[in-house]
Order: sequence, then C-alpha cells, then structure tokens
Amino acid sequence: MYERNGEKYFIVDSHLHMWSAGPDNWVKGAEQYAKGWIECFHAYMGLGPAETHWPIEKFMSYTHEDFVKDVFEDGGVDVGIFQSTYLREWYTNGFNTAAQNAALFEKYPDKLIVNGRWDPRDGEKGLKELEEDAKKYKLQGVKLYTAEWNNGSRGYRLDDDICKPFYDKCRELGIKNIHVHKGPTIWPLDKDAFDPRDVDQAATDNGDLNFIIEHVGLPRIEDFCFMATQEPNVYAGLSVVIGGLMHARPRFFAKVIGELLFWVGEDKMLFGSDYGIWEPKWQIEGFLGWDYPDADHEEFSDYPRLNDAGKRKILGLNAAKLYGIEVPAELQIPGAADREDAQLVEAG
Amino acid sequence: MTPTASHQGGPDLAGQAVETVREQVLAALDGVIDPELDEPITKLRFVSSVDVTPAGDVEVNLRLPTPQCAPNFAFLMAADARTAVRRLPQVRTVKVHLEDHYTGPEINSAIADGKGFMGAFPGETDDDDLAALRELFQRKALIARQARICQSLMGAGLDADDVVALHVRELPDGPETVRCLQLRGELGIGCAPDGPAFVLPNGEPLVADQLQRWLRMARLVATSLEANGGICRSLLQFRHDLATDPEERE
Repeated sequence: MYERNGEKYFIVDSHLHMWSAGPDNWVKGAEQYAKGWIECFHAYMGLGPAETHWPIEKFMSYTHEDFVKDVFEDGGVDVGIFQSTYLREWYTNGFNTAAQNAALFEKYPDKLIVNGRWDPRDGEKGLKELEEDAKKYKLQGVKLYTAEWNNGSRGYRLDDDICKPFYDKCRELGIKNIHVHKGPTIWPLDKDAFDPRDVDQAATDNGDLNFIIEHVGLPRIEDFCFMATQEPNVYAGLSVVIGGLMHARPRFFAKVIGELLFWVGEDKMLFGSDYGIWEPKWQIEGFLGWDYPDADHEEFSDYPRLNDAGKRKILGLNAAKLYGIEVPAELQIPGAADREDAQLVEAG
Repeated sequence: MTPTASHQGGPDLAGQAVETVREQVLAALDGVIDPELDEPITKLRFVSSVDVTPAGDVEVNLRLPTPQCAPNFAFLMAADARTAVRRLPQVRTVKVHLEDHYTGPEINSAIADGKGFMGAFPGETDDDDLAALRELFQRKALIARQARICQSLMGAGLDADDVVALHVRELPDGPETVRCLQLRGELGIGCAPDGPAFVLPNGEPLVADQLQRWLRMARLVATSLEANGGICRSLLQFRHDLATDPEERE
C-alpha cells in the first residue's frame, strides 16, 4: 500500500527484475556484451531523478535486501510481478531467470508473482518445461520474446501455427496472461523487432487470454496503439514509459500518456517500474501527482483527463483483476462499490 | 582538429582551407538523417569529431546513445555519412568510425570496404540495403511532419475544408515543409506546386471527412517519434556527460 496525502493506494508493480549482472556472471569471451548490456540498462537509470541513481557496481549486483527496501518498504508495492530475461549467451547463470526470481518469491510468496516463458520453437520439450514451471512457480503468466534467436531461427510471430499448442497448454494450466516484449531487442540484427502486428491476430484468435505489450512497443507506440484499440484483450505495460519519460521528458510523457488514454484507455494500462532500472517510489509518487503540464494548451486539450480513480486502476487495480489478486475494500476506488450496487438495483 | 602532415598526391590544403573543408564536411553531415528519428545526426549530437588532414583525408567519428542501439539503423547512418562526405570534391578519402558500439567493428570494416549490410553481417541477414526499413520510416516521418504543419495551420484558424484544399505552393515556409517535400520526393510522391499540400501515407490526397481521423493518427506517429528521440537524446547526454542542448524542443 502506498500512502500519499492521507490517501491509500493499492499498488501492483507488473514489471520487476532481480538480476545478476556482475563480472562473476559474465560468460568467458562474451564479457564485452555482458558489460555493454548492463551499462546500457544503467544509462536508462540516468533518465530518472539524480537522487535515485546508483553506482554501476550496485546496479550490477543489487541484493535481496535492496529489493525488499526499494520495492516493498519505500515503494509500498503490495504485489510485484517478475518478468524473466535469460540472455545465457552472455551471462553464465542467466541474467534474470525464473529461478533467480524464485529465490525471492520463496521468501515472499504472498507478495510476488513469477512469470515463466515459452518458445514455440522448442516444441514438445518446451511444452513439458512449461508444465513443470507452471507447477513449480504457480504460473499465471508468461513473458515472451518473439525476436529471440533459437537454433538458427531468427524469431517467430505470435500468430504462427507453432504457437497454438502453447496457447492451448496455457489454457489447460490456467495461465491467462501473455506478456510480450515489444521493445529494444538485440537480435536479429536486420528485423524490426518492435513490430507488434502479430499480436493482432493472436489476440483475436485467443480471446480468453490477455496480451500485455511491455514497453507499449516503444519506440513504435503508434503501431501498438492502432492495434490495441481494436482488441479488447490487449493491454499496455507502462514500464519504461513512466521511468524513461516522466522525469526526463515531461512534455513528451504527457503526450504519450494522453495518446495511450485515448487509444487504449485507463482500464487497459498497467504500471510497471522495471526495477532495478528505476526504483518504484519516485514513479508512483510522481504519477499520483501527475497532470498535463498545461491542460488547456492545444497540444493536450483534447486528450482524455486522468483522475484519481484512473490512477488507482493503472497503478494496481487493473493488474489485480488480470492476476486475481484480492484488493482490500478500503483500497478500491472510493464509492465504486456503491455505484455497482446501484447499477445492480437499477438493472434488477 | 589539428591538421596533420600532408599525404603524397593529395590536394595539400593550407590551414585555412582545411578549416573550410571541415565546415563542408559538417554541412554534408547535416544532410545525414537518423532514419528512425528523422533528424540530422549533427543535431542529435551523434557526430563526436571530424578530422581533416591537409591531404584531404577525412575521419568522422560517430557515437550513439547506447552501445546496443539497433545495428540496422546504425549501419544506415554510418553508410550515409560516408556517402555524403565522399561527394565533396576536396575530400580524398573518408573513414567513418562508429565508436563504442557492440557491432562497431563489423559495421566499420564493411563501411570502409564500401560493402552493404550483408557485408557487415554475413550469414545474419539477407537484406543488403535495408531499403524497406528506410522507406517505412520515411513514411512515418512524412506523416509526423505533415501533422505538425496541419495542426499549426488549424491553430491559426483554418478548418478541415481549407486544409484539404491547400496546394504544395501554399505550405508555410520553413524546415518542416522543406523536409516534407524532400521525403515526398524520396518516396516517389509528387510534389508539384499545384499538387495537394497534405497526403495519406500512400500518397493519395486527403479528403475533408477523413481529416480528423488522419490528424489523430498522424499526431500519434509524431508523438512516438518525438518521445523516442527524447529518450535517445537523454541517454546520449547521460552517457557522455553532455550539457543540455539549448536547441531542444523540450
């Protein structure tokens, strides 16, 4: 729970990492890539307020204690969702695997959710692994990287036939949330890995699953929005949007949020801090206090407004619905329960 | 940039001339556009140094916001920079060097040998000139720039019918219009003075009842490009400890 000006907010942080990126975990011969990768992430931290920057040494290898303090204590995060990133070509034990995340999950099973992964090109073996992971981590979601290389294949599309058995397996295992990375990707070199058009067909064909597009397709927000506006089960994951723009580029941030509110809507936007890139506290605090810098200016005047109820949805209540997280009555939108009762009475 | 010893057979430029060539090189680089952001690489501060020798040998160093910026766009910028500088009559040789990038060595050696994207990454791509990628972003750039012009005209009191009735010759003077027409030319969309001022991404003229929808979509494309450019600028600034650029829009 996050408290601001006496108001209490239920927070679900839908994009967290617990990585290990220090020199002890660099693959021999690939040190420059491992180092470059984490330095690149560290540069993104520079887009947040100066007082929240960490030295690179801490950034490479932050601890469980750092996580608990930054996310739960200072950030007031009620439930956090881990997204896994493997990168085994560069990091000996993986960069941020489900197993690494699970070590914290075991300590805080009520406050953390671990998402798994699948890759349709792994076929039967992949299906079996998914089944095992689902049992081990009580999976409700997965994170997919469509641009990842696998055995000579340079990526796949979510609407490829080979994905079908995996969607069916998800249904069977009760995995409802498909997070898709559509954003900065290293390989393949020659393809536009941001292109979210494959989500369109997959979301139509699998109307009972939710597709959460991480980083809203940044830097191709327009392609994401044109697609998301037509699909009721496509959601916007705001990691990097808040962390990367709210402080560093407030006018662009206001326009991006205005566009997302217009095309996608406040019921389908999910907060994610992308911790350890950025601490959640300044993002939550800033977002709760946020408004258009100059609401009557022609740049912003016809964007939808965002009120306290909308912020509650984005910061926690939307994700709570997707993941079946129970929200205490006093942290719901004030007056919402009364209104629903009234509607029921009217409908009855 | 201290001029170094003259090479044999070169034009042997005097100190003043070296400086002039250096200015010409920078002006040529002003014409090299980041295809993803649609802004000159000079304005984005991606050119970290330009060296010119009295013999007319030029070395251009490029730096990008992160070591992992997309290799396809990085390649296009480096290749375009070489092409632009090579055209200058007083330049004898050009070396373009992409600094601190994870595919820098591959890109640098392919550019030096005048090879395409396949030459840089044999076996990893079958797209040598990245033409489709370039064209996709040229269309996005055109849409975004038209949106900004259109918005400012409507802010000044024009309505939908006025806007769709405008001709190329009636577009306001300024860099947005110049770049719009340049993009139309590159995309093979006509830009005769009596042609339509605003076009759909496929080159067809706009009609009044589509305007609101077109503008809504075009504004989103513009926002996406601007936000992306903003992140790139901030990352570069942080990475190289640069002062804030006073000319930035935000």
